[in-house]
Amino acid sequence: MAAIRVDSLTKTYRVPVRASGLRASLRSLIHRRHRDIRAVDEISFSIEAGEVVGFLGPNGAGKTTTLKMLSGLLYPDGGVVEVLGHTPSERRREFLSRITLVMGNRNQLNWDLPAMDSFELNKSIYRLDTAAFEAARDEFIELLDLGGLVDKPVRNLSLGERMKVEVAGALLHRPEVLFLDEPTIGLDVTAQRKLRQFVAEYSRRQGATVMLTSHYMADVVALANRVIVIHHGTLLYDGDLAGLSQQFAGHKTITVTMPAPPPDLTRYGKEIARDVDKVTFEVPRSETSRLAARLLADFEISDLTIEDPPIEEVIERVFESEVGGDEETA
Amino acid sequence: MTALARLYVGWARIAILEQFQYRVANYFYMIGMVAEPVIYLVVWSTVARQSGGSVGGFAPADLAAYYIVWTLVRNMNIVLTPFAWEQRIKEGELSAELLRPVHPIHRDLAYFGGWKFVVIIMWLPIAVVLTLVFRPALDPTWLEIGFFSIALWGGFFVRFFALWALGLVTLWTTRVSALFNLYFTAELLLSGRLVPLSLMPGWAQSLANFLPFQWAFQFPIEVLIGRRTTSEIWFGLGMQVLWTVVALGLTALLWKRGTRRFAAVGG
Repeated sequence: MAAIRVDSLTKTYRVPVRASGLRASLRSLIHRRHRDIRAVDEISFSIEAGEVVGFLGPNGAGKTTTLKMLSGLLYPDGGVVEVLGHTPSERRREFLSRITLVMGNRNQLNWDLPAMDSFELNKSIYRLDTAAFEAARDEFIELLDLGGLVDKPVRNLSLGERMKVEVAGALLHRPEVLFLDEPTIGLDVTAQRKLRQFVAEYSRRQGATVMLTSHYMADVVALANRVIVIHHGTLLYDGDLAGLSQQFAGHKTITVTMPAPPPDLTRYGKEIARDVDKVTFEVPRSETSRLAARLLADFEISDLTIEDPPIEEVIERVFESEVGGDEETA
Repeated sequence: MTALARLYVGWARIAILEQFQYRVANYFYMIGMVAEPVIYLVVWSTVARQSGGSVGGFAPADLAAYYIVWTLVRNMNIVLTPFAWEQRIKEGELSAELLRPVHPIHRDLAYFGGWKFVVIIMWLPIAVVLTLVFRPALDPTWLEIGFFSIALWGGFFVRFFALWALGLVTLWTTRVSALFNLYFTAELLLSGRLVPLSLMPGWAQSLANFLPFQWAFQFPIEVLIGRRTTSEIWFGLGMQVLWTVVALGLTALLWKRGTRRFAAVGG
């Protein structure tokens, strides 16, 4: 059964438009102009229980707006959303008790008090019994190495430490659906890895459904087995990471290692890197096998590797594609 | 204990812990707030002396009693200001609240309610000093003290729900300071905060009867200083209930409509 079902979901923001200057300011008193920005434009997808999905798009693509509609923060203007069988915008207790939304760099714990005090409060908010609360608290303290952190005021923690206690606090009620919006933003590599491992472990143990947005592709590669890509509020891709490369990257890379310094190989493809005994070049995806065979036939080659381009590069190409636009009304 | 009662205790506990974290800052804040009634007291006491010993039925010792009780009522009346809603929305705090399976009004009610216990404890030494300096005519009966305890919380509820409803206007437009300032000016003049209403012109007193302000401010004060009969006290408590219900109804209506429009800006 689908944990999340989205059908033709739409959200439009109406924002006032005014040119700079006194004259424009006076004119706006009489004649207000607005611009309708369609942040999410009839997107549809479905996510099964237990799936971990990367939700990708450039800044302003509509990711956060979508997550806010899925978590019940925003009312959609059109379409259907169902999460765990609930309509999120109704914000029923049974629904809110089964989800969580974690936004990087946003505090939900009390800034002035030790995290443990906020954890205790969450126990009351989510009506957890003592045994369930203590089991979750102790498990997360161990998994995230929070031992020495939960008794310090949150304001005294580093960003990485704070994010770890934030995530622990947000999961104490063991939500079945996690919306993670840039959870690793601003964290150092070690803290990012720790958080990733924790989310993966939580999802595995609980069978939780995770929808993750991140600008760090390492997060997506490590956690998600499926990605949904949106741009200008429109769904561009829904499938696995390998398929994303096939659809949006028209090329692969071939790296050849030779016993002697490699000669000029530009007739085989566009050279993108060269080392003493190694050359990497881009070739059209459909030509890959033929060119690899020719290279092996033409030169003495000690090693040959064919790879899809790095996922960051593929995503960059996807984001560069222009789809849709804004509508202006008076 | 029900789940909601446990939650109220939890939030009140957080408020108390937080206020004690900043106890020195809070104390200075409370001392600073004493300046306002002391100025009113000095001015009106001088007027009373120059008017043959009393003004509007208040002798200097009565005015001292009024303004000393004022300091407690004022502190008890501190609730979430509508201005805080602007920051709440901009900083994404409201979004965090909306994700919890409990209406945010419970949090504010419990939080500010819990804070009051700290306020009362911190107010006592200030009241002792003011009493020694200004010698108030304050000799309440136990019954008046009992009624005052109820009216004090009644005033808190009236102001809490009225300002919560007013703050919800921010869900439609984030810049509503002018409206809030208009409200606070009316409240200052027609609540008994600036001056007892009996010293105001007749038309102002009549107008005040149709507004909630005095039930949150002057009414509890006058209960303790013995200027209300028992039947007037029952009537006043009834008015507090009435205005609380009106403000709650307005809050429910605005909340239902406002959250549909809420754009969840700033996270």
